[in-house]
Amino acid sequence: MEPNLATSIGPISLDRPVMLASGILGISLDVFNRLYRSGAGAVVTKSLSTEPWEGYPNPTIFSVKGGGWINAVGLSNPGAEYFAKMIEPNKDVPIIVSLVGSIPEDFEKMIKQFENCKVTAYELNLSCPHVAKVGLEVGDDPELVKKIVRTVKNSTNVPVIAKVGLGTTHYLNTVGTAIESGIDAITAINTVRSMAIDVQTQRPILSNKFGGLSGTPIKPIALRCVYEISSKYDIPIIGCGGISDWEDAVEFFLAGASAVQLGSAIGDNWIDVFNEINTGISQYMKKKNYSKIEEMVGLAKKS
Amino acid sequence: MQRNHNHTTIVTVEKVIDETPTVRTLVFSDEVMSNVLPGQFAMVWIPGINELPMSVMISDESGKAAFTVRKHGPSSTGLFNVKVGEQIGIRGPYGNSFDLKEGKLLLVGGGTGLVPMMRLLTHVKPTDDVTVLIGAKSKDEVFFEDLANKLLANNAHKVIVSTDDGSYGEKGFVTDLVERHVEQTKFDGVYVCGPEIMMYKTVQSAHSRGTFVQASLERMMKCGVGICGSCCVGEDLVCKDGTVFDGQHLSQNKEFGKFHRNKAGILENY
Ligand SMILES: Cc1cc2nc3c(=O)[nH]c(=O)nc-3n(C[C@H](O)[C@H](O)[C@H](O)COP(=O)(O)OP(=O)(O)OC[C@H]3O[C@@H](n4cnc5c(N)ncnc54)[C@H](O)[C@@H]3O)c2cc1C
Ligand SMILES: Cc1cc2nc3c(=O)[nH]c(=O)nc-3n(C[C@H](O)[C@H](O)[C@H](O)COP(=O)(O)O)c2cc1C
Ligand code: FES
Repeated sequence: MEPNLATSIGPISLDRPVMLASGILGISLDVFNRLYRSGAGAVVTKSLSTEPWEGYPNPTIFSVKGGGWINAVGLSNPGAEYFAKMIEPNKDVPIIVSLVGSIPEDFEKMIKQFENCKVTAYELNLSCPHVAKVGLEVGDDPELVKKIVRTVKNSTNVPVIAKVGLGTTHYLNTVGTAIESGIDAITAINTVRSMAIDVQTQRPILSNKFGGLSGTPIKPIALRCVYEISSKYDIPIIGCGGISDWEDAVEFFLAGASAVQLGSAIGDNWIDVFNEINTGISQYMKKKNYSKIEEMVGLAKKS
Repeated sequence: MQRNHNHTTIVTVEKVIDETPTVRTLVFSDEVMSNVLPGQFAMVWIPGINELPMSVMISDESGKAAFTVRKHGPSSTGLFNVKVGEQIGIRGPYGNSFDLKEGKLLLVGGGTGLVPMMRLLTHVKPTDDVTVLIGAKSKDEVFFEDLANKLLANNAHKVIVSTDDGSYGEKGFVTDLVERHVEQTKFDGVYVCGPEIMMYKTVQSAHSRGTFVQASLERMMKCGVGICGSCCVGEDLVCKDGTVFDGQHLSQNKEFGKFHRNKAGILENY
């Protein structure tokens, strides 16, 4: 029997377990359709704000020697209202809408704008490491996390995910706060604050100086986070960070993730990476005699 | 060790050539960039200012390459003002390249869109019969006419300039010339780079007659490697799927010739 790649992340059901992470290519419905046809189980939009943002000037991306990327795109996005109109015609693609804001009202306002759209889930970006007053600065403030999650949960029946990262508040505490406030699932992790300096011109390369590290160098960190979250809490988890092949994806399932997201791998292997990973997972499941993803989730915690 | 094309390489500008009052060519030594395919581009870091996508220009000295930049907003003006001896960063080459046909070729370039056309000219076969159409606003803004003639010295060829105001060459838009040429001659390949409206009309003129045509698109580019999404046109990513696309493909694209995205990703009319 062919293994079934469908998975559930709490109330969220997907036909395939590998999604596009937020901020990667996620700007137009046409591209979402293409990614879905290429094997992505869902696409997460760029993190949307109440107003359009241009983001930082270039250079906004840096390729790290030995692998990985540092980006400071600066959450450039066309704004929630524009985006909602753009995805309104969508019927087929599971779209997870990522949101950033500074106060609960920002999120409430944006969710209203998506009322006519088919949204699979909302993902709250509590973890962008390079934009002031949103992202990590919100995730680092437990009171604010509580208020935002409660407000969002009261504003919609669509499942809500919190995306966490490494800030000054321990991410496990942020996860705990989000769970207490009613969150449905957790995405772990966002990029890790970092920088790059050019030795010839003796300047930081990114226009914003600091950016978020993604790709293979953060995989062991992300995996550790997923393992720790699933050991401490009973909450569905989406693993994210440095996944580039099927073995990486399976590692995250074994650590406790029910699904995964990837971004940087696209810069290295283009969008064929989705089907390659799906095929690899499927073959692994056949070999190990699993019929569902669920049977693998958290297995590494047994020993 | 082989160079990772995503890593920024620092090069020193060795020569600056004034092409017109607003266009300059900056020459530097770099083996990799000197050998890129026609149509490929680099991300060019102007330290302290910005990083811009630029087509890679040829140089008549081996091992050297160049950028030809038009002074426009703050970033391109920053590059335009780089002096001999100053350093810039380059990564790439990125993107695909033109498919070279043989026989009767038509190359159409407007402004700095001529850059990939010059590199294409270094790849034509001696047996090719080549027509180059150069579009400019006025006499002051015409460049690369002599260079095109020089590169085609051993070919049957024509280099025709049109200016919008008629101050030099033929009067009118280069797209009117294109229409006339594709009507009169059955070309084996038509290649175009320049303002999008010009590319749109050229693609239409050629494609509607069943002539093979390719255009090199420009879009807002942040990463150049297919991650950020800023360069999408319909479902195509210009940095990764392009920059060169066939007329056949472009004629199905609902954004080409009509919309581009601003820095926030909002579609704007051309
Ligand atoms: C593949 C490619 C090849 C190019 N080759 C050349 C070339 O050979 N010579 C040349 O002079 N120009 C070239 N350009 C255009 C160049 O990258 C800049 O867009 C242009 O110089 C305007 O810069 P600016 O200083 O006016 O930017 P700004 O003043 O910052 O912005 C003005 C406008 O310029 C455009 N722009 C700015 N930054 C970018 C960016 N990162 N990517 C795309 N568009 C941008 C946008 O339309 C913007 O609204 C190329 C662009 C692309 C995409
Ligand atoms: C260019 C770029 C832009 C990103 N933008 C966002 C964003 O808008 N919102 C967000 O939550 N995460 C953003 N991220 C983080 C990714 O969603 C992801 O968490 C991170 O890249 C780790 O996964 P990866 O190693 O597979 O890339 C961005 C990452 C990159 C590389
Ligand atoms: S420039 Fe980033 S995807 Fe093309």
